[in-house]
Amino acid sequence: MTGEYILRVEDIHKKFNDREILRGISFNVKKGATIVFIGPSGTGKSTLLRCINQLTEPDRGKVFLDDEEITGCGSRISGYRQRIGMVFQNFNLFDHLTAVENVEIAPIKVRKMKKEEAHAKAMEELHRVGMADWAHHYPAELSGGQAQRVSIARCLAMDPEVILFDEPTSALDPELTREVLEVMKDLARSGMTMLVVSHEMGFARSVATEIIFMEGGRIVEQGSPLEIMNNPKHPRTREFLGRIEHT
Amino acid sequence: MEILSVLLEWGPYLLGGIAITLGLTISALALGFCLGLPLALGQVYGSRPVRSLIAVYVWFFRGLPTLILLFLFYFGVFPALGLDFSAFVIGATVLGLRGAAYQSQIFRAGIQSVAEGQMTAALSLGMTRWEAVQCIIIPQALRISLPGWSNEYPELLTDSAVCYAIGVAELMTRTSQIVSVTYMTMPIYIACALIFIALNYGGMRVIRKAEERFAIPGFGGKAVQP
Ligand SMILES: Nc1ncnc2c1ncn2[C@@H]1O[C@H](COP(=O)(O)OP(=O)(O)OP(=O)(O)O)[C@@H](O)[C@H]1O
Ligand SMILES: [Mg+2]
Repeated sequence: MTGEYILRVEDIHKKFNDREILRGISFNVKKGATIVFIGPSGTGKSTLLRCINQLTEPDRGKVFLDDEEITGCGSRISGYRQRIGMVFQNFNLFDHLTAVENVEIAPIKVRKMKKEEAHAKAMEELHRVGMADWAHHYPAELSGGQAQRVSIARCLAMDPEVILFDEPTSALDPELTREVLEVMKDLARSGMTMLVVSHEMGFARSVATEIIFMEGGRIVEQGSPLEIMNNPKHPRTREFLGRIEHT
Repeated sequence: MEILSVLLEWGPYLLGGIAITLGLTISALALGFCLGLPLALGQVYGSRPVRSLIAVYVWFFRGLPTLILLFLFYFGVFPALGLDFSAFVIGATVLGLRGAAYQSQIFRAGIQSVAEGQMTAALSLGMTRWEAVQCIIIPQALRISLPGWSNEYPELLTDSAVCYAIGVAELMTRTSQIVSVTYMTMPIYIACALIFIALNYGGMRVIRKAEERFAIPGFGGKAVQP
């Protein structure tokens, strides 16, 4: 088993105020895979992503990054978080910093990179997401799509092994959604390992290696995009897919 | 026109008073800032005992009139600690400690109004909580706090006149001395009032300049007009 999976999630449970949100989630992620999570609102998809990088501490279960257990590792967690990027629905760019400063701050403060080196790296990543021309603008001056691309660059500047995307386009209108999805597709094709909560089925169809359908804190069904989208086995999956296709 | 010759004669003495008043105000403002920010951080991020201790501090220094605090420290706390400091130092310290209580509440509100996602994003990049507070939360909280904070300057400037009571030779003290020598009560107090207004206006101009200097799109606060 060693080495085959870059990320392993074992039997994650999470309760909030006695309400069970995650009821035993397990899955494995191969290096370079893109897993798309779908499921109704309130099913625990965000909570699951947050349990992976321990922004939320699971009540039970384990998470392994490259066979190192990161659950319950105490203060070493910040080291693991450097290796697991996260992209948020509402971007969460640092409002007091320009685009390029947003991207270079973690390399400088966390990885202790030299300023010039971090700046060059940041410009490279901004270029990669098509935002180099906007390097000196503040978040308040960017469109949602631009802000989300900068936040992806901010992740990339830390050279993460895995990136978690929590509904990265659901705050964007269709035009802006497309520019962000293009960046994500490029990333997926370049071999980045990605866990994506998203109901963009076109994206899932073109780059997902696996789709996981969650409901009520459990994995109901998982499989390749073809299996899940064309031939779902579980009636709940069929019903859900029918519902999101009509919105 | 007698007042003009009196003011001319006593001008240098009054100028010295202005310097001391500004000295009191600026030292107190600085002490209040240096103490107020950590107090605010303690109140937001500290453990329960730390938070309670800070709450007591704030309650004490905001709950008593400045005059009583001055007497308590001048006649009680400093002598009891065996500290033989000048009235100026004691006055600045008391104004600063009291200012810290007020400033801590301004900064606390600033820290709490930084969006939750800012900390989440910082942690997700591998920053420790403390790194996130330093690099992300404090710079934003200070910008958010600046409009409210700028009120502290006129507050302290006017409050500093209370140091008259422990004999600090500031503007108010010197004005009263001149009155008692020249018997020109109203004209001289009016002159003193005009000086306070000028100091207030000048200080606010400086603060407004600082605000423009640190202005960032998305942080649209403005200092209160003087
Ligand atoms: N910190 C928290 N404290 C209490 N309850 C929480 C907390 N975080 C999430 N929850 C609850 O857990 C449930 C699952 O939330 P979660 O955000 O993980 O769902 P989701 O699948 O991401 O839904 P959505 O599609 O709406 O984003 C929700 O009912 C939410 O109210
Ligand atoms: Mg969610």
